[in-house]
Amino acid sequence: MTDSKRSIILHLSFIAVLALVFFILPDYHTGNLARIMVLAIFAMGYNFLFGYTGLLSLGHALFFATGMYGLGMTMQFFDLSSGSAFIAGLICALLVSAIIGALALRTVGVAFMIITLMFSQAGYLIILYFGEYSRGDEGFIIAREARAFMGFDLSDETNRYYAALILFSICFLVIAKLVNSPFGRTLIAIRENEERAKMLGYDVAKYKLIAVIISGVVSGAAGASYALLFGYVGATFATVQYSIFPLLWVLLGGAGTTIGPFIGVLFMFYLIDLSSVVTPAYMLIAGVVLVLLTLFAPQGLAGELRKRVFKWLP
Amino acid sequence: MKNFDLTKSTLTRRKVLKTLGAGVAAASILPRLGGIAHAATSEPIRIGFQAHRTGIGAAYGRWYSRATSAAVTRINDMGGINGREVEIITEDDGTDPKRGAEVIEKFAKQHEVDVAFGTLYSHVVYGSAPRAGELKLPYFVVSEGHHVASGKLNRYTLQPGITDVKSQVQAMAPFVADNLGKKVTMIFPDFAFGHDHRDFFTAAIEAQGGEVVESIAIPPTETSFTKYFPRIPRETEVIYHVMVGPAVLTFVKELGEFFGPNRPELFGFIDSLEAVDFASPGLEFLEGSYFWEGMARYAQADQTDIDKTYRAAVGVDNNGASISDSRDVATFSHMFGCWETLNIIKRGMETCGYQGPADRQSLIEAVEAMSDMPYSLDHPQGAKRFNGKTHQTFGHQYISQVIDGKLVVKHKTSIEDGLYEDEVDYTKQSF
Repeated sequence: MTDSKRSIILHLSFIAVLALVFFILPDYHTGNLARIMVLAIFAMGYNFLFGYTGLLSLGHALFFATGMYGLGMTMQFFDLSSGSAFIAGLICALLVSAIIGALALRTVGVAFMIITLMFSQAGYLIILYFGEYSRGDEGFIIAREARAFMGFDLSDETNRYYAALILFSICFLVIAKLVNSPFGRTLIAIRENEERAKMLGYDVAKYKLIAVIISGVVSGAAGASYALLFGYVGATFATVQYSIFPLLWVLLGGAGTTIGPFIGVLFMFYLIDLSSVVTPAYMLIAGVVLVLLTLFAPQGLAGELRKRVFKWLP
Repeated sequence: MKNFDLTKSTLTRRKVLKTLGAGVAAASILPRLGGIAHAATSEPIRIGFQAHRTGIGAAYGRWYSRATSAAVTRINDMGGINGREVEIITEDDGTDPKRGAEVIEKFAKQHEVDVAFGTLYSHVVYGSAPRAGELKLPYFVVSEGHHVASGKLNRYTLQPGITDVKSQVQAMAPFVADNLGKKVTMIFPDFAFGHDHRDFFTAAIEAQGGEVVESIAIPPTETSFTKYFPRIPRETEVIYHVMVGPAVLTFVKELGEFFGPNRPELFGFIDSLEAVDFASPGLEFLEGSYFWEGMARYAQADQTDIDKTYRAAVGVDNNGASISDSRDVATFSHMFGCWETLNIIKRGMETCGYQGPADRQSLIEAVEAMSDMPYSLDHPQGAKRFNGKTHQTFGHQYISQVIDGKLVVKHKTSIEDGLYEDEVDYTKQSF
């Protein structure tokens, strides 16, 4: 069997398993999985830029928040339907990522990290500054009756789960397809050796900008879907910790693997959830586990799997 | 491909058999359930405490936990609720709205608590309340935000144990206008908490014939404040300040250096200095200034037995610090809200004969039917008047002056001072 076929089977099976576990797992865990899938979309967006293109951003919270506020504020002030507001969220994320990408990509390495961090921080402060409209740090709630799509109430457990799964699956499959396409291969080439890619005639700047935009739009989709599925829009999601989270998830799960972001979010979510049962000092447990993983599985969980067992893992 | 099909097929068959088996077993057990139903009601009442153990609200969370434990100990010593022991299940929300919503989910689905309670920070309330409503879990917040009474939340969210900021500010304004001055400059953090103060106080002081001559919003990331002070107009008679967070000591110190001995009157909200020792270096400048207090931090000359008993129960000395560590200052103006809310949950459950989650709606209706709550050990902060329509309580406020480094109560507002028109009627919302 070719690697390509294996990859297709893996991705489709993974989605099938997620579709089935809803009927098997207790309610609490299916609720968690819906959140995890949405956050995994965020992580996938981040991974596309970091894992496949080699650009380490510290400002992805801004893209997530842009999608979230793009949806939330258009519903709040323009009475858009959830579907139209979701598209508005994506358009906002596209515009913001294009502008930030165009500016930040004039820098490289540490400077790129700092510039993206600064833009993100500026975005956070803008949300606070326009508190009259955004309700600042407090945020606002999207009314339950507005959270419906094509007649489906998205606050309903089943509808929410499958809405999250559909969006997750689309992003998961599109990114899997992209990274195996000539475009994705070019991004990987840029990650591995940017100078050589330039020498081979690729317009590296254009490719990197497109990568930032795709990454920003996927992250924005995660933000918009979080607001729609869980009914809350708030500035906390634009803070620096929400730029660090996707980096952590991707590092844990395995940068440059399609399945890694989901594994990273799942692992981190339950690490916090379970360790908080054991002790109030659960962040200490989380910290120790993260250090151990970094020491003994530096390529992340999926990365180690690819290294040791499934060498074909995309 | 074969492997996957096989697995899928086996799994489905097993699941069907399992479900059938479980169904048969349940059917055989069902007739016996009536017999154990009585025994089941002797299970503890489980209350999910959404605690800010970590994050920016950690100092509040620590004291909210202590007040909660003390209140539950007292309730259990008195025989529990409907003869059942009360058990607190604590989960840290990290003072984060995303985690807050996850914690609510965990309470409802994993811990299977009867009610959730205890949240302080408004953004966590906003993040959690929609989920509580979806899960039909009564959610008693102790936040002092205006979010509940504003109608932005839902029928399952109530704030019966602590007054909200709109009421507090409105009740304070007459004292400020009559005793300190009518021309006010406001200095507040540039986020929703500060904006609430700006909006509510501006309206309240205008109603008293005063005016806000300048509003100075300070970004939350600011660490030095001197550059903002030249914006304070010379005509200012009162500076109203509500800065919060670790930079507050720098704020006060720099304000003192800017004005020297010739300062306008100062009126602040104790939120700035909750869990902060008034003996901290730099705070001498506050001598003679005034503060709003939810509940007097320092035991007053006319201390009541209720105050004495409450302090002993929650482990706070007469200076508002921990009995075991005088440097550990309490969040005394807020933590009573946990104590009072738990007593209200108890009264509500007893009124409706609460047996289990099926009675959650009856519990909410029982609380909505409450009104006046007299000053007692159940309500040590003072008498309350609960508005069932807006799910918000109203009560007394205290204005204290810093004298010899301690807060001395100068004025106690009436409940009526803080009343305002209803902005919502939650009782009209369906469950």
